[in-house]
Amino acid sequence: MDLKTLTYLVVGATFALYIGIAFWARAGTTGEFYAAGRGVSPVVNGMATAADWMSAASFISMAGLIAFMGYDGSLFLMGWTGGYVLLAMLLAPYLRKFGKYTVPEFVGDRFYSQAARVVAVICLIVASITYVIGQMRGVGVAFSRFLEVSVDTGLYVGMAVVFVYAVLGGMKGITYTQVAQYVVLILAYTIPAIFISMNLTGNPIPGLGLFSSTAEGVPLLTKLNQVIGDLGFPKFTEQRRSTLDMTLYTLSLMIGTAGLPHVIVRFFTVPKVRDARSSAGWALFFIAILYTTAPAVGAMARLNLTNTVQTGAVGSPEGNLSYEQRPQWFKNWEKTGLLKFEDKNGDGRIQYYNDKNKEFAAKAEGFGWKGNELTKVDNDIMVLANPEIARLPNWVIALVAAGGLAAALSTAAGLLLAISSAVSHDLLKGMFNKNISEAGELMAARISMAVAIVVAGYLGLNPPGFAAQVVALAFGLAASSIFPALMMGIFSKRVGAAPAVAGMLAGLGVTLVYIFWFKGWFFIPGTEMAANVPANWFLGISPEAFGAVGAMVNFGMAWVVSRVSAPPPAHIQELVESIRVPKGAGAATGH
Amino acid sequence: MSDQSRSGAAYWKANLRLVVICMVIWAVVSYGFGIILRPLLAGIPVGGTDLGFWFATQGSIVVFLLLIVFYSKRMNKLDREFGVHED
Repeated sequence: MDLKTLTYLVVGATFALYIGIAFWARAGTTGEFYAAGRGVSPVVNGMATAADWMSAASFISMAGLIAFMGYDGSLFLMGWTGGYVLLAMLLAPYLRKFGKYTVPEFVGDRFYSQAARVVAVICLIVASITYVIGQMRGVGVAFSRFLEVSVDTGLYVGMAVVFVYAVLGGMKGITYTQVAQYVVLILAYTIPAIFISMNLTGNPIPGLGLFSSTAEGVPLLTKLNQVIGDLGFPKFTEQRRSTLDMTLYTLSLMIGTAGLPHVIVRFFTVPKVRDARSSAGWALFFIAILYTTAPAVGAMARLNLTNTVQTGAVGSPEGNLSYEQRPQWFKNWEKTGLLKFEDKNGDGRIQYYNDKNKEFAAKAEGFGWKGNELTKVDNDIMVLANPEIARLPNWVIALVAAGGLAAALSTAAGLLLAISSAVSHDLLKGMFNKNISEAGELMAARISMAVAIVVAGYLGLNPPGFAAQVVALAFGLAASSIFPALMMGIFSKRVGAAPAVAGMLAGLGVTLVYIFWFKGWFFIPGTEMAANVPANWFLGISPEAFGAVGAMVNFGMAWVVSRVSAPPPAHIQELVESIRVPKGAGAATGH
Repeated sequence: MSDQSRSGAAYWKANLRLVVICMVIWAVVSYGFGIILRPLLAGIPVGGTDLGFWFATQGSIVVFLLLIVFYSKRMNKLDREFGVHED
């Protein structure tokens, strides 16, 4: 069977599965729509959380980023997993005990302030929309590459599938769909990685293969350092970012992860406080399977790519791959524009080296090289082309297509749910129509979900120019406003409405101004106040890493204001006391 | 102060102590061994590179997982000891 038919079959079968699950698990009440009826077991919730969390970026882009960033890329590995420790110990059990449906609802009740609730709703919607654009785009790109349809058509199909299972099933449908999506995506990620690891090191577990030796008896990482070092690239295991920036970047990703509402709400679906703690552990376990494989995929793909191009001694005329003899996967990816070759010195061979390294560039000139000829090697190729590079059977390539789609769709569904519940529960029921009936609210939740899908689809079709940069904004928002507010709400009885709102606004303000300063006001090109280069950054802290500073500003401001304002009223102090103990969590559900 | 809230306060104190211990380990393995103290660990080789690289790419994730398991188990025990467990 040819690859295209096979891919249609595999992707079609997974879609049928997701929609089948949605019919089986359709939501009948708001409790089921927002929190899956709070009957999800911790293991199932862990798996759903893992699928919810691991987006198109984790599945497609992360290994590629690590391949080119080397050691520095580990800030994503630590950052996107370390947040689960914070969730398990600082947030999830207490928010589960609180027993409501949304993150802004907790913020609004705990700080007895509609203003605080509105700030939280705005942060939630901005962070979630930002994220969902990337997922919708990911769906379109994965479709166009594997099913040979246009990006737009792919996006419409993706929207239709999410529409059916999210509008119908709400959180309940999404939860069980995400379990299926986790299974698809983890198989799609690990199967090619296992084969590549076997080929290079003989070790079937990629995470261990990374630290094993190749067939020649040299450790893989030593060999990689040497091979890319010979071409003037920095060593794979070497640190390039400043230590302060790397530390704060990691911290921003950790507290951003713990503050992102679509992840937090997943912990509202388990029956008990105890389950909220253990399901954070299960989530991290399922995430760790992919995250410990990713650095191996990155390193191995980089070695394979370099060895494919540089076939012999560096500098010898025959040492480089002849363009005529390039492998099939090279041709396939050239067609997508993600891989580009330009024969600068006209010798018909591919020279791939670091022409930005002045010392090596001078040496390269001596070889008759006139600049790096692989003018584009997109990060995303590293995962998507892996099965082809390793010459795996067609069904594995079809599975990777289904895996990429599963990663993008599961995250999109989680985000859309967070957005629609903020609209129907926090804005509509919480503010404008407090007496709305259960059936009315459920209908409103479905309608706002449908509208959210249309908006996300529109933005996916017409992505604003800043789509790639706004991920920093999403993490900055979650890290500098939502996370500190939730933490102070649980761990301090002294912080009331005024300190919380002041803290959120200060943290958010500082972070936004810093990001806009270097990336343009509202990301409009030409409005940046200074070039986005390390020399201009405050203490060398990159805009992506500034969320951690924003969080500290938030805590600091809240502390100062809490010294000069009245403590929260007695019933709020009792509320804080009650969320700190697990007893009675079952009764606290509903409104 | 009633018995209920006194045991609640003691439970909260025990919980905070446990959280602080876990958070210190969390910070040491990631920011410590993975980033800041990496030069100090440079002499300890691991599979073609050094221990700091291992902690940054895998070791810290493994420790995070163990920390959550340890914390959950300890908390379940504390819940029962202080009589604040569910059902």
